[in-house]
Amino acid sequence: MAPSPENWNKVSSERYRLGKNLANSRWIERVIEKTWLSLPLVENWGYRFPKENGESVRQSYYGPEYMRVLRKNLLRVGVQILDQSPALELLLANDGSVAGARGVQRQNHRTYVVRASAVVLANGGCAFLSKALGCNTNTGDGLLMAVEAGAELSSMEASNHYAISTAFNATVTRGVPFGWASYTDEAGNDLGGYINGRRDPSFLPNALLKGAVYARLDRATPEVKAVIEKSHFIAFLPYKKAGIDPYAERVPVTLILEGTVRGTGGIRIINDSCGTKVPGLYAAGDAASREFLSGLASGGGGPNAAWAISTGQWAGEGAAIFAKSLGAYAHERPMHPVGQAGLRSQFPTSKFDNEAIVRGVQAEMFPLEKNYLRSEQKLLDSLAKLETLWQQVQINPKQDTVRDVEFSRRAASMTAVARWAYFSALHRKETRSEHIRVDYPETDPNQVYYQATGGLDKLWVRRDWVSETTRATSPELTTQTTASV
Amino acid sequence: MIELVSHKLCINCNLCVQVCPTNVFDSVPNQPPVIARKEDCQTCFMCEAYCPADALFVAPESHTEIAVNEDDLIESGIMGEYRRILGWGYGRKNNSELDTAHKLRQLPRPYQS
Repeated sequence: MAPSPENWNKVSSERYRLGKNLANSRWIERVIEKTWLSLPLVENWGYRFPKENGESVRQSYYGPEYMRVLRKNLLRVGVQILDQSPALELLLANDGSVAGARGVQRQNHRTYVVRASAVVLANGGCAFLSKALGCNTNTGDGLLMAVEAGAELSSMEASNHYAISTAFNATVTRGVPFGWASYTDEAGNDLGGYINGRRDPSFLPNALLKGAVYARLDRATPEVKAVIEKSHFIAFLPYKKAGIDPYAERVPVTLILEGTVRGTGGIRIINDSCGTKVPGLYAAGDAASREFLSGLASGGGGPNAAWAISTGQWAGEGAAIFAKSLGAYAHERPMHPVGQAGLRSQFPTSKFDNEAIVRGVQAEMFPLEKNYLRSEQKLLDSLAKLETLWQQVQINPKQDTVRDVEFSRRAASMTAVARWAYFSALHRKETRSEHIRVDYPETDPNQVYYQATGGLDKLWVRRDWVSETTRATSPELTTQTTASV
Repeated sequence: MIELVSHKLCINCNLCVQVCPTNVFDSVPNQPPVIARKEDCQTCFMCEAYCPADALFVAPESHTEIAVNEDDLIESGIMGEYRRILGWGYGRKNNSELDTAHKLRQLPRPYQS
């Protein structure tokens, strides 16, 4: 997460290499530097880092403890936290700048409005309710809120990160302990899974497409066990509760979709303050496109944590400066809510079934054969089905309870994110990092661009060349032509 | 998924109602909270981590319901396991300084040629 300065050059060049010419060296360096400089702050707030030779080693953290310390400090400095209060839509002023947000309070059974001079969207990416650890609150709402307000998305084709977990506990997605696994099939035959001494990233999805895969962490020495049980303790909690010895027993494994949470895609940021195209609207963490840090590859846990730590601060500073520039009358501006699908409808007919919508989206996004191994025909088929779902979420949302309001909206968000993901995937006709096109298996040196995307009823993608020198002459903007694509 | 709010251990503090990210529990006046929306549980173990009475049991099975026996679970000593691992709770010191992630790179990899 935060390499020490003597390793900065090595880490940043490795990160650039993993980004396959789409990452940005200047951004990689500023993320590493900002994270390194920030962690002493967290220590001052009460986080206890491990020590070596009396010095704090600030390179990683325990998630629950980090979150607890962060929250404690926010309360201490007087920040008001609205728990159990998901934001569902943005408010805009008449000049198109952001003016606040609106959402529901689940336990008070009411809506709430926050008028604000600036807003930071830090409400995560979209893992399509896959239950990947803690990700079911990441349903893409922030992306839909941003697009409705006039912002753009980017790198949405990088939205198909899958992570290994056990099948019985298909939620804890910690890959590290599996670095010492042997993989076998149903009959117990060794499946390999390694190339030249390294884990082969294509092994597990391809093996799972053929049949059941079992893992046993039998390559872990006592020295390894001592480290991984303390660095990834959450991975061992399910085993302990289920009475399984993962070093001795074969355990069925699976892959869980983490979508854009560990993938790259998200709200397109347009400046060093993590601003968006909407004045006053900023994006941070998983909600923001992480393309500058990782290209279309997954950042992985550590780099993504660094991204959250650094972009959160830049977005916050940017938002504060913007808010100050508005002056004292900011809160007297007329404003209007801009939420659409899943919130409001001009068609007062029947109500859509949010559970059926979610199942429909998951049926297109979860299967490895559709989302891991992509092809034009499969993408077009999925987009046609998603288009039908998108039309369904245009009718009246069920809003009998606050839970209905929240769930109807998230069904629309997930549908929207799935469409942006596959529309972007359709237009990147090459294989790069985690975007695998079986019909275009090579990485094309001429496709060194990001794909911006957006649109609600009519989708579009635009090529944003990484640099002027790589700009090609082909058309840059592609808009969805027919309703069913 | 969450399978148990132990009436033998719960102190009716309703902290789990507050911390559950997906709002699975409902509070009940002068009684332990109820698991009102089990289908929303994402098996994140967060309620267990925060429960000061070790009264909750989140079964590791994330997609299937399993039957649990309150007395057996208490007897086995597994209640409050996540909280113990984190070192949270009165009289404990949190365990974040036991983090070994920075040592991972130095470990021998079995398949490194």
